[in-house]
Amino acid sequence: MSNTAVYPVSVNNNGKSIWSFLRSEMKPKGKIFTPFNIISFPIMILGLVLIVIRFWKGIGSITNLTQEVPWGLWIGFDVVTGVAFAGGAYVLTFMVYILNMKKYHSLVKVTVLNGFLAYLFYAGALLLDLGRPWHVINPIIGNNFGTSSVLFLVAWHFLLYMIAELIEFSPTIAEWLGARRARKILSSMTLAAVIFGITLSTLHQSGLGALFLMAKEKIHPLWYSEFIPILFFVSSIFAGLSMVIFEGSITNRVFSNQLTEKSHKEHDRILHGLAKICAGTMFAYFFLKVLVFIHGQHWNLINTGYGYWYLLEMIGFVLLPMMLFFYSYRKNNITMIKIASILTLLGIILNRLNISVIGFKWDAAVHYVPSWMEIAVTLAVIFTEIWIFRWVIRRMPVLRESPSWVNEEK
Amino acid sequence: MSLGRRDFMKTLGLVSATLTFGKAKAEQHKNNVEFHGILYDSTRCIGCQSCEFACAEVHNLPEPEDMPEAGVVRKTSEHSRIVINAFDTTKGEVYARQSCMHCNQPACDAACLTQAMHKTEEGPVIWRGDKCMGCRYCMVSCPFEIPKFEYHSANPKIEKCTMCYERIEEGKLPACVENCPAEALMFGTRRELLKEARKRIVENPDLYYDHIYGEQEAGGTGLLCLSPVPFNELGFKTNLQNSSYPELSKGFLYSVPSVFVLWPALLLGIHEATKNNNLKEEENE
Repeated sequence: MSNTAVYPVSVNNNGKSIWSFLRSEMKPKGKIFTPFNIISFPIMILGLVLIVIRFWKGIGSITNLTQEVPWGLWIGFDVVTGVAFAGGAYVLTFMVYILNMKKYHSLVKVTVLNGFLAYLFYAGALLLDLGRPWHVINPIIGNNFGTSSVLFLVAWHFLLYMIAELIEFSPTIAEWLGARRARKILSSMTLAAVIFGITLSTLHQSGLGALFLMAKEKIHPLWYSEFIPILFFVSSIFAGLSMVIFEGSITNRVFSNQLTEKSHKEHDRILHGLAKICAGTMFAYFFLKVLVFIHGQHWNLINTGYGYWYLLEMIGFVLLPMMLFFYSYRKNNITMIKIASILTLLGIILNRLNISVIGFKWDAAVHYVPSWMEIAVTLAVIFTEIWIFRWVIRRMPVLRESPSWVNEEK
Repeated sequence: MSLGRRDFMKTLGLVSATLTFGKAKAEQHKNNVEFHGILYDSTRCIGCQSCEFACAEVHNLPEPEDMPEAGVVRKTSEHSRIVINAFDTTKGEVYARQSCMHCNQPACDAACLTQAMHKTEEGPVIWRGDKCMGCRYCMVSCPFEIPKFEYHSANPKIEKCTMCYERIEEGKLPACVENCPAEALMFGTRRELLKEARKRIVENPDLYYDHIYGEQEAGGTGLLCLSPVPFNELGFKTNLQNSSYPELSKGFLYSVPSVFVLWPALLLGIHEATKNNNLKEEENE
């Protein structure tokens, strides 16, 4: 065992060296020709081709962006919506590590993994949208600090939060590699990473909304308000949790062989609890939205096309799923919880796009509509993320229980 | 005027740990420098486009191919930093210039996370390609929608009027001002220009509409405009706020250091308080 002391990485790999272990793990596990692969693979290749064209001929060659609408689907959906969906990680770690709500502990690993990958890919997709991405390090390396910029804050927070989430997830990687000592050190850093991560999340979830504060006249008055940052923050709580519910239902089905009978049952109880939290925060959010609306004195705008659109978002995709969450919590109806979470997610997409894309320059003569190529690249990014997610789930003890030596050491 | 914000940002730099590296610089102030600007008098403008051609030549841009025509709104683009438009107004055909307003506290400057968009001490707002990462947040933020992006280039630039900053540094006039045959353009310190604009209005109250566009708009701008008719007739944005645009995100930025200091303490406190409480399962947040 003296080996362990020298190389923190070893043990439990049937005597294989770490490199041959990694090489064997690189090989695909599971079937290759599944319907998901058959659909997603061509799209990923297409996305790759489009990305090459984009870097060769400029952003305008594959997007419909205009001088008036400089941010389109890649920012409005990939980044602004994607980050809200990834909010589940900070909410769950808050519940489990700060409030000590142990019941939700089994969900933490997979949610943090999802959050990390979402940031990595959706914020990484930001690079595609940058005209001069080779200067992306400028705000980091320090000779060009634009400290008065909200985007400066958001950029830093993305970077730091990815590191925090990686630290939160790292014990699982150590378990996969059988690295006992590393696991011990890394898991001792979890609480600090969680606290840091929640602080960062509070600021950049709201910061994404604050990005639009200076575009005061450009955003439709039903959506522009000085409270956008607070609304973004509050809505990221139930957006993230709804994503946890939605994603959890899918992963639990797809990877059901990883789960024990017990954890299947437990999952329903967890969803039940999450429904209640979603309902509560959605109520707060709805209340805030109503206050903002009344305060803005925009009654006259309700009887317009955008007014109906606003009402659809507020009633169909906030109020309705909120009541569904309440109802299904009372009746303990798991299916309805899942339906409510889907409606909530659609509502978040609507809300984020209404601010960043649909209601942005709503009075312009020509409206921005994303090109099919922008949509294809977005899908390619999402599929790539799912592929990586699946790769990790099949190898690391994320859904299944940690190897037995972890408990022995406690 | 932007000192308040800068001071705050320095404080922010001290507080947040991430910023500890980069602050040393910043301190070298050239004192006694005043904001400069351009006064555009549309009662004098004859729509000859001399300014457009001069601008295109100086900045290596293609020559304008279309002419000002009432009913058609030409826009600045990645190929033209300045345009003159014609408008049918209550006082007949009037020309109006569109280009960067060189705000006293520009939204683009505040938005830029690499300081590529930069309000110089002399007044011009310039773009620096060696810093810009092409995020286009300046375009999202600018209330006048001035910065233009080269969407069809692999190495895209932001194109906008820089008040010919390089020429000003050499002691020359901006190209448009130098080449205006009708004396519709005047370059000077913002203070002088405001004085001159007021004088013109007072001396000729029938000719001018009693408003200097840019005196208050967006917190004051370097480009000041005079007109014979209300400015909305000339396609100027008249729905803009009179306080500066960076003011809008100031509240949020101010709250950042407090959250950074208070949140971790609060979270740690809650964690300690609930540590031994394993019965809290049904609690929500």
